Amino acid sequence: MPTVELLFSAQPEHVRTARLVAAAVARRAGVDEAALDEVRLAVGEACSRAVGLHRSNGVEEPVKVRLTEEEKKFSIEVADEVPSTGGGSAPDSGADDPADDEGEMGLAVISGLVDDFEVVDGEKGGIIRMSWPTVSV
Amino acid sequence: MDLSLSTRTVGDRTIVEVGGEIDVYTAPKLREQLVELVNDGSYHLVVDMEGVDFLDSTGLGVLVGGLKRVRAHEGSLRLVCNQERILKIFRITGLTKVFPIHTSVDEAVAATD
Repeated sequence: MPTVELLFSAQPEHVRTARLVAAAVARRAGVDEAALDEVRLAVGEACSRAVGLHRSNGVEEPVKVRLTEEEKKFSIEVADEVPSTGGGSAPDSGADDPADDEGEMGLAVISGLVDDFEVVDGEKGGIIRMSWPTVSV
Repeated sequence: MDLSLSTRTVGDRTIVEVGGEIDVYTAPKLREQLVELVNDGSYHLVVDMEGVDFLDSTGLGVLVGGLKRVRAHEGSLRLVCNQERILKIFRITGLTKVFPIHTSVDEAVAATD
């Protein structure tokens, strides 16, 4: 069960809220202070991408963020509800769509920042999973 | 914190001082500002990012868009930034090779290459 779960309507102005909540929960969970900037940026990128996907596909459901404190790590899942179109996130599929390009750049930023990171495309939508080690207090 | 923008000119350069957070919500404001400057004939821009607390890929996209616009007029877009956490984002995306990044506005204004 997630420690904190956050659902927000797919509006750009709520992405900042998600960043602040994620950083606050990560700090409490024991994520190293030096990594909190990374948490903030990675969650922001994942949420911005999800917001872009929802908006460009006319999806009204909220974006879901799950923040989970585990034994030695703190994990974050950002889930969108835009079903995979079978290669929908391929770099060449949306070359004319700036929102898609930004989403891809967002993924590039996350992969540059976070060691433990994966993107899962499912029938019901995509999930970005990432985690950071925690130090026990 | 929201985004703050102010502009001033030094010689043929236009300094755009940016403060606050550049993200998916605020980046369109910065995009509008850069487009407006280029439309008004300012082709040599210096974006001072010393007051920026947060920058994400949407913000990077806007800066790249600005660079493309000024280059179409043989102009330039230089950045001023000393903050490690912001510089890191330029490094991991390889954009340090695309943007001239300076340590002060004076240095950026004096640069000619």
